[in-house]
Amino acid sequence: MIRDPDTLQAFVSQLRRFVEERLIPREAEVAETDRIPPDIVSEMREMGLFGMSIPEDFGGLGLTMEEEVTVAFEFGRTSPAFRSLVGTNNGIGSQGIVIDGTPEQKAYYLPRLASGEIVGSFALTEPDVGSDAGSLRTNARRVDGGYVINGTKRYITNAPHAGLFTVFARTDPDSKHAGGVSAFLVDGGTPGLKIGKIDKKMGQKGAHTADVIFEDCFVPESALLGGRENVGFKTAMKVLDRGRLHIGAVCVGVAYRLIEESLRYAMDRKQFGQPISEFQLVQAMLADSRTEAYAGKAMVLETARRKDLGENVATDAACCKLFCSEMVGRVADRAVQIHGGAGYIAEYAVERFYRDVRLFRIYEGTSQIQQLVIARNMVKEARA
Amino acid sequence: MKILVPVKRVVDYNVKIRVRPDGSGVELANVKMSMNPFDEIAVEEAIRLKEKGKATEIVAVSIGPAQSAETIRTALAMGADRGILVRTDQTVEPLAVAKILKAIIANENPGLVIMGKQAIDDDANQTGQMLGALIGWAQGTFASKVELGEGTVDVTREVDGGLQTVSLKLPAIVTTDLRLNEPRYASLPNIMKAKKKPLDETSAEALGVDLSPRLKVIKTAEPPVRQAGVKVGSIADLVAKLKNEAGVL
Ligand SMILES: Cc1cc2nc3c(=O)[nH]c(=O)nc-3n(C[C@H](O)[C@H](O)[C@H](O)COP(=O)(O)OP(=O)(O)OC[C@H]3O[C@@H](n4cnc5c(N)ncnc54)[C@H](O)[C@@H]3O)c2cc1C
Repeated sequence: MIRDPDTLQAFVSQLRRFVEERLIPREAEVAETDRIPPDIVSEMREMGLFGMSIPEDFGGLGLTMEEEVTVAFEFGRTSPAFRSLVGTNNGIGSQGIVIDGTPEQKAYYLPRLASGEIVGSFALTEPDVGSDAGSLRTNARRVDGGYVINGTKRYITNAPHAGLFTVFARTDPDSKHAGGVSAFLVDGGTPGLKIGKIDKKMGQKGAHTADVIFEDCFVPESALLGGRENVGFKTAMKVLDRGRLHIGAVCVGVAYRLIEESLRYAMDRKQFGQPISEFQLVQAMLADSRTEAYAGKAMVLETARRKDLGENVATDAACCKLFCSEMVGRVADRAVQIHGGAGYIAEYAVERFYRDVRLFRIYEGTSQIQQLVIARNMVKEARA
Repeated sequence: MKILVPVKRVVDYNVKIRVRPDGSGVELANVKMSMNPFDEIAVEEAIRLKEKGKATEIVAVSIGPAQSAETIRTALAMGADRGILVRTDQTVEPLAVAKILKAIIANENPGLVIMGKQAIDDDANQTGQMLGALIGWAQGTFASKVELGEGTVDVTREVDGGLQTVSLKLPAIVTTDLRLNEPRYASLPNIMKAKKKPLDETSAEALGVDLSPRLKVIKTAEPPVRQAGVKVGSIADLVAKLKNEAGVL
């Protein structure tokens, strides 16, 4: 936990430089080769970027939510692929253990996740199970000394690189809903665990997703997260607020980058004898983008502060994820428009970002799911 | 061996400098400040020597206002061991800095001083040389390579005609040029650890140094706006212009 403005400022300015000097110049290469160069991966490890949200006792930095979103605003200014590599270790890939892990599970996995020695993946989605995650079909059958897992997980971020999978599987075969689901910590390379081909995606090249297939995959009893059956879904729900605020903050960071790119282009590009930034219709696009990005930043910071104070921010975290992911979509669209034909050409960063940001409205709960969460909570609160 | 590294807090190299409307200097209010880039190179070089087992302790010194402590913290986060802040709100000229460093050297007895060849605010390029003259140590300025031997240091210098290597007896002063190394980023874990490293504060008075300026700034002005260039038709045209108009050939 930093909790002192000078130190946080020092880190943010180092990260800003790292993003400017090391990451932004490599964005095109990452997109082209569909891979984050190993030297960059080790620099990200050295910077401490894998362990931001893991407690200090376990070798992480224990950032508060407010500190984490402040860092994410900066990290968001470059290709989301870079953030994706460390995203699972800081988010869904570690937080389940942080919140509900047994002391042994914490002591074994958290220091490795914090240092980036292993990459964590979070395996919930399945071919027939997405938004309705509680209906998942992957099952874990109790056997002597442990469990045997069978099933397929889909679109699992960082699966090809993961040393640890947090896997959600049904332990109560009679249940059809979330109540019968448990979470397991499965090491990469466990016999019976296979990784599918890397998915070909619309954007975020360099960040990888794949199927994770379990065929009679045996895991010992100690792999059961928290040592308790049928509460896995509760664990998943507990990490949601943090993840939603984090994604919201990344969207804000990308939005500011897109605005920078747009403004620079608009002031440089001349038509009808003057820079296009002099035309009021172009100015309207710039102003709308700046306003929306600022609104997103303000709501994310406010919600993060309240979460740090221990308030229940479930509804507002969903508002942040919903607004910021939709907002960055509009900002990216305007960025392409301001660039004209150049915005459609791969040489300009905005073309890539336009595709990259599309994902933010889909994963960690689609926009529709956020709307449902927000409205349901509103009704529930009104009834209470 | 102990290495002393002076670090200066200057306007960040990315900031567009603006002259104050009254011409009394450049605008510093609400401007991002950072460690002088040449000093970062100096800190990096000291850390590399320590990592190679050739140095035992790195002391970072900054002379300036209270906020210069942040610059020292950056050096500590990169890998320096402790810091000394000589706190003053006055303008300090190179000669005053050299005198303060001389006093600190008398207390600290470093075997090597590594410092930036100049600071990007006033670009004076004087402090290292003045310090060398004041304490009578050998100096290797504009270093692009530093090799520590037994009681000696070989410094490859960037001079106008190319490279020159000098062999200096220790203790010595090295000033850094851009190509010496690429400074590391301070990692978040190290920034947090740096909070706990010792940072002492002292003053010019305590060190017995008179800071009063010897120079007077008469006026600060923006450089003239660059004129548009011209296109020449041929190489012959270009050569003729360079010869007759620019007078550089
Ligand atoms: C690049 C990428 C990375 C991913 N990483 C991971 C990962 O690491 N781990 C993981 O477990 N998953 C991951 N996912 C999966 C992701 O979380 C799901 O794709 C997402 O939750 C949506 O599920 P679905 O694709 O099955 O869509 P569906 O649930 O089939 O939704 C299709 C459409 O129907 C809408 N819809 C569904 N239900 C309702 C409803 N009740 N009311 C209104 N509309 C509804 C949705 O909003 C959407 O518009 C990733 C996906 C992608 C593309």
